[in-house]
Amino acid sequence: MHHFILKRLLYSIPLLLGITFLTFLFIQIAPGDFLDNLRLNPQVSKETISLYEQKFHLDKPFLIQYATWIKNLVRGELGYSFSYKAPVARVISSRALNTLILSISSLIFTWIFVIPLGVTAALKRNKFTDKLLSFLSYIGMSTPAFFLTFLLLYGATFTRLLPLSGMHSVHFEEFTFLGKIFDLIRHLIIPTLVLSLGSICVLQRIMRANLLEALGSQYILGAKARGLSNARILYVHALKNAINPIITIFGYQFSELLSGAALVEIIIGWPGLGQVTLEAVRSQDLYLVMGSVLMGSILLIMGNLLSDCLLAAVDPRIRYEK
Amino acid sequence: MFKQLIKNKSALTSLIILAVLYLLVIFAPFFAPYSYDEDDVLYANAPPAKIRIFSLKNKQFTPFVYAQKFTINNYYQRVYYEDTSQIFPIRFFHKGSRYKFLFIASDRHFFGVRNGKIFIFGADYRGRDLFSRILYGGRISLSVGIIASLISLSFGLLIGGIAGYFGGKIDNLLMRFCEIMMITPAFYLMLALRASFPPSIDSTQAYFLIVVILSFIGWASIARIIRGMSLSLRENEFVYAAKACGLNHFQIIMRHILPFTFSYALVAFVLSIPAYIGGEAALSLLGLGIQEPQASWGNLLSGAMGIVNIRLFPWILIPGVFILVAVACFYILGDVLRDALDPKRKIL
Repeated sequence: MHHFILKRLLYSIPLLLGITFLTFLFIQIAPGDFLDNLRLNPQVSKETISLYEQKFHLDKPFLIQYATWIKNLVRGELGYSFSYKAPVARVISSRALNTLILSISSLIFTWIFVIPLGVTAALKRNKFTDKLLSFLSYIGMSTPAFFLTFLLLYGATFTRLLPLSGMHSVHFEEFTFLGKIFDLIRHLIIPTLVLSLGSICVLQRIMRANLLEALGSQYILGAKARGLSNARILYVHALKNAINPIITIFGYQFSELLSGAALVEIIIGWPGLGQVTLEAVRSQDLYLVMGSVLMGSILLIMGNLLSDCLLAAVDPRIRYEK
Repeated sequence: MFKQLIKNKSALTSLIILAVLYLLVIFAPFFAPYSYDEDDVLYANAPPAKIRIFSLKNKQFTPFVYAQKFTINNYYQRVYYEDTSQIFPIRFFHKGSRYKFLFIASDRHFFGVRNGKIFIFGADYRGRDLFSRILYGGRISLSVGIIASLISLSFGLLIGGIAGYFGGKIDNLLMRFCEIMMITPAFYLMLALRASFPPSIDSTQAYFLIVVILSFIGWASIARIIRGMSLSLRENEFVYAAKACGLNHFQIIMRHILPFTFSYALVAFVLSIPAYIGGEAALSLLGLGIQEPQASWGNLLSGAMGIVNIRLFPWILIPGVFILVAVACFYILGDVLRDALDPKRKIL
């Protein structure tokens, strides 16, 4: 297992290099850079700009700039954010944590609902409950995340129970520890609902299909013939096999979750990676864009790796050793 | 296959809904009572007009709307009310503003009112008719999906076909590139791609840019699956026969390998449209796509970014309903198609 994880991590290095190279290329193709904004600012002297240019090799050709960035990256420096006037690592680290909180809470919420709903739909196959769930899941799948956010926010304006934006209340610092957690949870409710609904709908259908397939197989017939109770057959024999494919999908779902989270973050004002990337793209803050794309990709790779490990833990047939 | 689609009730319904949507959108100048940029400051943020069937008091027995007037309240906000003394009967094939559509210049609109305004979905902050803007905006939103899907599918087919057919180093190189595309979170990739173009561009350029960005993101996952199919297809005897007949590699891929992936490609085409419609909407919503005064379903929703606007003018959320309906129809259609083409997977 350790061998496998190590191999996967090594394998992700060229992938990350590719991603960062592409991103670097895209941003450098764009006409102008952040220094153009500074040049137009009469308060910034020419010396400052040339200092910036030299420090970040912005006057050098593209490949040298990229090589410099990689060299700094290896040393643990992500560069400097021109618009935040702070090292990128400092800007990003708290943001990445916030995005992670949001993603994990939606993952938990999703998994609480997927399995019971999928099992219900499979057991009531082609009955009213199943058809209702199928109809609802089409609607849930088709509602774009941003539209759902708007709808929930509109609803929340009437109830006044939930905060409408941000991650913390104004008085967050004065709360006790428990109060802080409660405040965070209150702020998490709307974005979590938005992010989970889509994946609940998709995964619920897949769970249903998997369970039906498992229930139709020979070993279930065998178990029935041996006189096992229906509950035991369902929860011990069928369910275990039906869950495995979903765990594989979990890795892919993580990618969609990150993308979806970015948009919801921007709408709701959640201080996460997506929001900072958008700002960085708008202001052509080169190193900040690079840092956040890198961070997003690392989160994604970790998610995929986690799902592979989880699969190995759950399914004894899967062994990554040779 | 088409027969199976028609037989399935939900597929038929979605086909009809999509056909109606596309017709409305293609003939937008005719169906919309106003053009997309016709504004009237007297109707800024006017709520949807209530359509009444008849009124005994006014001896009016065809559908009509009352005039919308406003007063200013203590917060200096406009409060619209219906002026029941003034009625505007709805006239079909009404003569309104002139428009040009496919070389035909006309001034007939499907419906409209004389001497007043009719906003069946309300108006935006500049007093532009939301219904008209939705129809014009749909031209962009609904076509972007199809075009981007077609482009990414062709790329996916070609690259996947080549990778699977040749195998070896070419396969390795192309698939590693695919993996890079797939491992980057789509939204971040979209933003990074958008960053390589100047922030403010006009709408025609933005349209092409969106198509390019969306198809650039989408081709990789299709290519991977096509590659798998092509890898097994190339072992078939007819491929050897084609080789023996002296066809070149390109001809073999185009004529003897890719046609076998048709049913997968068709399903992938239909099922990837929703993601592209959503992608366009997301970019335009953030102000990185289609710009004002042009409309698209995404940028129409950008007014909803402020919570105050949603609360005070909830009708600005209507374009989202259109996105939802279009996307749901494509999903249902794609699922039914997949079942029709692959009977083994009936259960899903």
